[in-house]
Amino acid sequence: MDLSSINWLLLLASLMVAATPILLAGIGELVVEKAGVLNLGVEGMMITGAIAGFAMAVESGSPALGFVGAAAAGALLSMLFAVLTQFALANQVASGLALTLFGLGLSSLMGQSYVGLKPPSTPKLDIPLLSDIPVLGPVLFNHDLMVYVAIAIVAGTWAFLKYTRAGLTLRAVGENHEAAHALGYKVIAIRCAAIAFGGACAGLGGAYLSLVRVPQWTEGMTSGAGWIALALVVFASWRPWRVMIGAYLFGGITVLQLNLQAAGLKVPVEYLSMSPYIITIIVLVIMSSGRSRGALGAPASLGRTFHATG
Amino acid sequence: MTELFAAHGLRKAYPGVVANDDVSFSIDEGEIHALLGENGAGKSTLVKMIYGLVKPDEGHMTFRGEPFAPPEPRAARSAGVAMVFQHFSLFDALSVAENVALGMENPPKSAQLSARITEVSNEYGLPLDPHRTVGDLSAGERQRVEIIRCLLQDPRLLIMDEPTSVLTPQEVEILFATLEKLRTEGTSILYISHKLEEIRALCDRATILRLGKVVGHAVPREKSAAELAEMMVGSALHRPERELAPSGEIALEVTNLSVKSANPFGTSLKNVSLMVRKGEVLGIGGVAGNGQDELLAALSGEALAAPEAVQLHGNPIGKLAPPARRKLGLLSAPEERLGHAAAPEMSLTENALLSARIRKGLTKKDFINWKATQSYAEKVIEAFDVRTPGPHVAARSLSGGNLQKFVMGREIEQAPEVLVVNQPTWGVDASAAAQIRQALLDLAAGGAAIVVISQDLDELMEISTSFAALNGGRLTAPVPVEGLTMERIGLMMGGAHDMEVAHEHHAEAPA
Repeated sequence: MDLSSINWLLLLASLMVAATPILLAGIGELVVEKAGVLNLGVEGMMITGAIAGFAMAVESGSPALGFVGAAAAGALLSMLFAVLTQFALANQVASGLALTLFGLGLSSLMGQSYVGLKPPSTPKLDIPLLSDIPVLGPVLFNHDLMVYVAIAIVAGTWAFLKYTRAGLTLRAVGENHEAAHALGYKVIAIRCAAIAFGGACAGLGGAYLSLVRVPQWTEGMTSGAGWIALALVVFASWRPWRVMIGAYLFGGITVLQLNLQAAGLKVPVEYLSMSPYIITIIVLVIMSSGRSRGALGAPASLGRTFHATG
Repeated sequence: MTELFAAHGLRKAYPGVVANDDVSFSIDEGEIHALLGENGAGKSTLVKMIYGLVKPDEGHMTFRGEPFAPPEPRAARSAGVAMVFQHFSLFDALSVAENVALGMENPPKSAQLSARITEVSNEYGLPLDPHRTVGDLSAGERQRVEIIRCLLQDPRLLIMDEPTSVLTPQEVEILFATLEKLRTEGTSILYISHKLEEIRALCDRATILRLGKVVGHAVPREKSAAELAEMMVGSALHRPERELAPSGEIALEVTNLSVKSANPFGTSLKNVSLMVRKGEVLGIGGVAGNGQDELLAALSGEALAAPEAVQLHGNPIGKLAPPARRKLGLLSAPEERLGHAAAPEMSLTENALLSARIRKGLTKKDFINWKATQSYAEKVIEAFDVRTPGPHVAARSLSGGNLQKFVMGREIEQAPEVLVVNQPTWGVDASAAAQIRQALLDLAAGGAAIVVISQDLDELMEISTSFAALNGGRLTAPVPVEGLTMERIGLMMGGAHDMEVAHEHHAEAPA
């Protein structure tokens, strides 16, 4: 094996790119779960966003429009989940799984004529001065806009949940929906808004895969990223910045193992391919251990169906 | 005095039930008005209409002389109506200040709000730290959060739904002082309770509800508790008879039991010791959240402990799981009916099987004998007068009182040697509660040892032979109920574990 063949600077730079899809999907799911809803359909919404964004970008020639379309598609699909669970009071776990299966099928139907096409490329921001800093410049400041948008969404979510009244209300709904209802808050409306936000974020994450990271459309290209995003939220104890740490860890190990494969490390490829999943989970489990503190992060009404009575 | 609020002919029907029918009453300014009635009499529906959570089908209300029909709680709050809920509408994981902010229309900035909370809470003698997490507070402190939340909005009418059901006698006194202070400031209070002595001590007038209708108005000070009870229930209540003679034999003994709570906001048990003889009823009082659930879990076998810590007839059983303890004759009934004592979606027959399988031999080689199970369920229904179409209905569809009768009956009919119950009559109407208490006493008279964990002190005084109190996971030494004063009970609940030492200390102080 030849470790010197790995360009460490390039590796660090591509880490942020590799992490962005699950970061977007994870932060969206965090908001959904903070509102007390467990949406297991992240994978389905991601892949639907991936094809919708891809199609939109190819047809319009604009990656920006592609991302907008992906967010809209993800939000639209999540509304199906919202109708099922919030109005028809269907079981959230079953509905979420169905949403994933539905999204996978729908995306491969929509994507039939897009296989093998190349999307318009998303420009990199060349931030003057900052990107010229040696080492830090190419690693941190030489990416496309979506990488920074994802970080901005994390920061915004953190501030929203911590400092705003609307964020407090959302946490209250997730903590005790009956009490929130008794105080006159609109539990179902708040939850629907959170579900839509989660869907839009998952859609963006999917589109980032098909438009930037890969970039092309293949069936089932999310390959479990949605599930990792779900696990991330739990092991990050429902804290926005921890979701980001987890996502970057996952992204980092993903690109590292790809480089190790290329460098010819004498370990079966299968082990290297599974390493990002295993290491991310182990690290987050350790971070969230200490049962009581981890448990305190969990919204108390998570996954429970709310039915307003009298 | 001028009239603040009036209801005229309110009616609210749900499918199958008329919760309120032609309800009219009025509240004056600066008055404490009692709303009296049994569970299911329609008190909660009535106040939900005033607070804008439920819309009346018929009738109208006036508030400060103007028509009043709040479409939602927000409108009611801005008009000057505030409410303290029976099951607190608080958020465990949030801080006191955040909880208060959620109940206000236009909360000030968090620093200002914290200062206001400290100021108002001290002014009304209800000290409270705005930064603490609500999940860590005692029931009394949680109620303060609710009250402060209301007071910060300068309400004209404060609705309190069974505020004293979770308080120690001392906390009740503090609450009453606060309410008196509010009254002198001109705030009206609608006080909901079924505790007659409290209402006689505190309230200016009372409206009595029965089965959704107003059956009378009264000035509580001029009536006796028995007269009020008769108006409320519709017939004279019979009190359980007790003739208990505990024999010398020890049935259940717990020594230095320490168990960590399974709930992050729970209270762990610390060095709990107790002893129950055959024929004895040990009443365990204490404010909710002081280790009641944990004690029941440790005795029933849901939480395991050192083998010697729990002994049944001298045999160590601390490490045995619930089925093994049931086999030996130790049965239990937890507080939460739906989801803990009974599986909500399963039928009464299935629920009977779940706890009576071993002692009643309802399975043979792991196959269920449905016929025997059903006849056992029918027997329980018959013996405990459970009102239900039959044993095939789901536990969820029974009213709280009926399900409680079934759950208690299911254990009692198994002829336990030791029975541990938590809140045996919580949310049960007075006549059903009397029936359950009588059944417990009969069981004890037959030689069983019984541990009753309850927050209802009147209940404990009525059926127990000895009394102990839980405080912060510690249990006081049991004392005989005879001659026990309310003051001493309050001290025990408040955590005065070694009464004698405390007395000596007082005696020495002046010298």
